[in-house]
Amino acid sequence: MSDPSEPGRAWVFGDNIDTDQITPSRFIVSSDPDELATHAFEDLRPEFSGKVETGDFVVAGENFGSGSSREHSPLSLVGAGVSGVIAQSFARIFFRNAINLGLPVLICPGADAIDDGDEVSMDIDAGIVHNHTKGEQYDAEALPEFLQTLVEQGGLKAYTKAKLSE
Amino acid sequence: MTGKTLAEKLLSDKSGTDARAGDYVEAEIDVAMAHDITGPLAFQTFDEVTGEDADLFAPDRTIFTIDHHAPADGVQAANNHNAVREFAAKHGAHQFDVGDGICHAVLVEEGFVKPGDLVIGADSHSTTYGGIGAFGTGVGSTDLGTALATGELWFRVPETMRFEVEGELADGVYAKDLILRFIGDVGFDGCTYMAAEYGGSTIESLPIHERLVLSNMAIEMGGKAGFVEPDLRTIDYLERQTGEVVPFDDDLHSDEDATYDSVHTYRAEDLAPQVSKPSNPENAVDVTEVEGTEIDQLFVGTCTNGRYEDIKLVADILDGEELAPNVRMVVVPASKSVYQYMLQTGVFQTLTDAGAVIQSAGCGPCAGYHQGVLGDDDICLATANRNFPGREGSMQSQVYLASPATVGASALYGEITDPRGVQTERYDDTVFAEVLS
Ligand code: SF4
Repeated sequence: MSDPSEPGRAWVFGDNIDTDQITPSRFIVSSDPDELATHAFEDLRPEFSGKVETGDFVVAGENFGSGSSREHSPLSLVGAGVSGVIAQSFARIFFRNAINLGLPVLICPGADAIDDGDEVSMDIDAGIVHNHTKGEQYDAEALPEFLQTLVEQGGLKAYTKAKLSE
Repeated sequence: MTGKTLAEKLLSDKSGTDARAGDYVEAEIDVAMAHDITGPLAFQTFDEVTGEDADLFAPDRTIFTIDHHAPADGVQAANNHNAVREFAAKHGAHQFDVGDGICHAVLVEEGFVKPGDLVIGADSHSTTYGGIGAFGTGVGSTDLGTALATGELWFRVPETMRFEVEGELADGVYAKDLILRFIGDVGFDGCTYMAAEYGGSTIESLPIHERLVLSNMAIEMGGKAGFVEPDLRTIDYLERQTGEVVPFDDDLHSDEDATYDSVHTYRAEDLAPQVSKPSNPENAVDVTEVEGTEIDQLFVGTCTNGRYEDIKLVADILDGEELAPNVRMVVVPASKSVYQYMLQTGVFQTLTDAGAVIQSAGCGPCAGYHQGVLGDDDICLATANRNFPGREGSMQSQVYLASPATVGASALYGEITDPRGVQTERYDDTVFAEVLS
């Protein structure tokens, strides 16, 4: 996964973006991140999958990732090479799935100041989002220690493997 | 220290710690479930974490269902089904196949879940198990795959939001109306990261099939779990379903001095039948506000309201009648036993006589995959749980959510209709059991 402290383009979405809008249900017969990436936001923002680049960020309003438990949604963003997701708030299962996949996520109430196309980056340890285009920074909720460990180890799989081999 | 909520008690018990809201714990899982969509990804995780030949943490408490794309609507779906069959057979887990029914209906009916269990399902409506007093919660495939290997999973202990309802529901008003109102009041994300807890005399008097509706839709307000404290009614229900003795643990309730995030109180008499307007479950209004809205399709089914009592209620209303000429009705029983009881009791005949289409048990068009998806500009009234844009088909289609009684009444007139104008029953838990015996 690319380094979230490196600046990347922000793709800005609104409130209540549910998992059907991130990965329309007709495509989730696949579990392949690269394949899923080609359909990410397909109905909502058809140009996304063609133009997103490795190191870009998804930025959203309230309750991002609500709806189903499908891990296909964060996985499609991993497949698209997204460095991290910044939202004013997250639905629980999406947040959890992202952490488990090692996809950095930050809850950032000031994320609505970010415009589409701004260059942003994340400081995960400190819980800060930088907006390089506007020269601003926004406080985010730092991840609790346990979740930081999970993200740092690369997600739940790596964490569990390490635990099993102890 | 103050007392504990049921959520705190259960996670304390399963983690061997003194768990309080906000703590992170690693807890032992009692039951794990995945289906044809989420299973394949979980299997990959399992194989990656442990190596393919490792054992499941508890094959006898692991259940896989084939319900979402069942029967298969394409080659990839069929391949996913085979992946479920192979993994289940290889590891000796329980597996339910095409036509056996929706995961959440099957797990409850077959008695896999008991009060006080910690149940994870790779499906967001796994909150359903709270209706019988289990901590049921939806997780992703990575969660499930690793938990299948270790029998444990991390949790943030949730705060609890309590919904307290006193009094008697009016005729034509059901648990579905209550939960739509709760979601309307706290909002679609109002209970995010929290457990919902439903109590009070109204809830205590509800049969289990209605309690399951409340817990099922906890996720539509963001809830991590949705509890009804188990009581003797719960035990009776489980004993009838399974034919086994189920012990009653009288500590499975929140302590009186437990700390809640908030408590929301209602009078049952005040509640009118509710309808959630497109395209969010939180758009709940009294049925009178949307009465007369023309509809194209009626959908009766899902893990929320596809049980026998729900479908029977619709059949009662349609008995000897025909669907209004402008509508079609798709009925999808939640489980094979529901399907069979419909056959045995004449419900099947009544519904087909009225003009309904009845499909094999499963999720049907609920998530827009197959068996009744909506076209552009179609308007559907459904007993389902979600009405997001495009949920049941075209992004231009619209879905209204309501109780089986409201859907049944509306079928007669081809427009959204107040069920209080038609005769409706409230079935207790013995109806289904009577057919069983
Ligand atoms: S019936 Fe609908 S909500 Fe329930 S499990 Fe199936 S797809 Fe999900």
